[in-house]
Amino acid sequence: MTLLLVATRKGAFTLKSDRSRRRWKLSAPMFLGHTVHHMVLDPRDRRTLLAAARTGHLGPTVFRSLDRGRSWKEASRPAAFRKAADGEKGRVLDHVFWLAPGHASEPGVWYAGSSPQGLFRSEDGGDTWAPVAGFNDHPMLDTWTGGAQDGTPDGPKLHSVLVDPRDRAHMYIGMSSGGVFETRDQGASWHPLNAGCLADFLPEKYPEYGHDPHCLRLHPLAPDVLFQQNHCGIYRMHRPEGRWRRIGENMPKTVGDIGFPMVLHPRDPQTAWVFPMDGGSVWPRTSPQGRPAAYRTRNGGKSWQRLAQGLPRRDAWLTVKRQAMCADGGEPVGVYFGTTNGEVWASRDEGGRWACIARHLPHVYAVEAAA
Amino acid sequence: MNVLVPTPLRSYTGERHEVQGEGGTLGELLADLDRRFPGIRFRMIDEQDGIRRHIRIFVNGEQVRALGARLGAADEVMIVQALSGG
Repeated sequence: MTLLLVATRKGAFTLKSDRSRRRWKLSAPMFLGHTVHHMVLDPRDRRTLLAAARTGHLGPTVFRSLDRGRSWKEASRPAAFRKAADGEKGRVLDHVFWLAPGHASEPGVWYAGSSPQGLFRSEDGGDTWAPVAGFNDHPMLDTWTGGAQDGTPDGPKLHSVLVDPRDRAHMYIGMSSGGVFETRDQGASWHPLNAGCLADFLPEKYPEYGHDPHCLRLHPLAPDVLFQQNHCGIYRMHRPEGRWRRIGENMPKTVGDIGFPMVLHPRDPQTAWVFPMDGGSVWPRTSPQGRPAAYRTRNGGKSWQRLAQGLPRRDAWLTVKRQAMCADGGEPVGVYFGTTNGEVWASRDEGGRWACIARHLPHVYAVEAAA
Repeated sequence: MNVLVPTPLRSYTGERHEVQGEGGTLGELLADLDRRFPGIRFRMIDEQDGIRRHIRIFVNGEQVRALGARLGAADEVMIVQALSGG
């Protein structure tokens, strides 16, 4: 059985499968009318759910459920930047974009990445949130990010908050824009980690920071290997080497290696999936040539296999956002993605064949799998 | 004083569209409301004490734009959701 947590521009839903993962049941909407950017289950207790929400009128907040979504309560102190001192220009949180459970040794700890770029921490299961001052007040932050105008169409984002499973003080984040950054002291100090990564939209093509990572992943069984789907390609880094290698060069040239999400196999650190988007001219960000497909590597990016069986063969201009693709822990692994036109697709054989399991939903922002 | 609450905020007021509040300024009134309806203030007012982009607040029919606006016990405060649909 797999439970999918689907966050959309107009509310959140769950999709629950039977044991075979052939049949799926869609829930009633939760937070109908709210823009829900992310909904995540705590893998440590398997019952706490957090949802990052706002509406067109109302400011950002976080809702929490302690019973897997049966009932919800708003955080008593949602994430917010610190109040500026007199004469200082303060920052205003537009929305929480990314929710990440903390290290296994710290139950109740969560991290939130925001738009504009900010990092927040909760130590009580998401009920109260505090800014991570070492990041949010870093004197280089504006320089790293390029300021508020330099971000995605939905605003600049901090995303992909990753905690090293061996060391709770060792973390990575991604910023669009800004690049990949690392801390080894649980957020007190940060440094860029972008060597070898292209930023073809900047005057200097291989700068120290200013990149646009769309999605950053770390495998829990091989935490020295990082993957990222970037605005400028698909990359892999062996952390001791400290340099990104463009494994997307091995993708078919007619498809390219631009996209938003990247998903890792839960048991095989060499296996990953991407969902390419057209990155040409004005960056359409739709399936190349109108022919949607996922691509999978089984060897850490040396080669890629097209996975399109069951998907529309033509005239399908799908967009899949960075949080809208995931894998479950099944055998074989189930892979899922949601589209901005409100469809959710599933494969219960690691991408071999796809089936649409929900349609007519609002614009899908995020799909997360919970066992 | 009387405070009129728009539909997006009524989940905080037990679905009441009209509540009573106290305070000599708009900021004090909103603090009073937040004590009784926890969380309501931050949905309207950002962390730098700015009124959020799609929220409008009127006192006796006149729009106010800062938390320092003076209020009297007989005033009527109307919180309005500005257009932001789609």
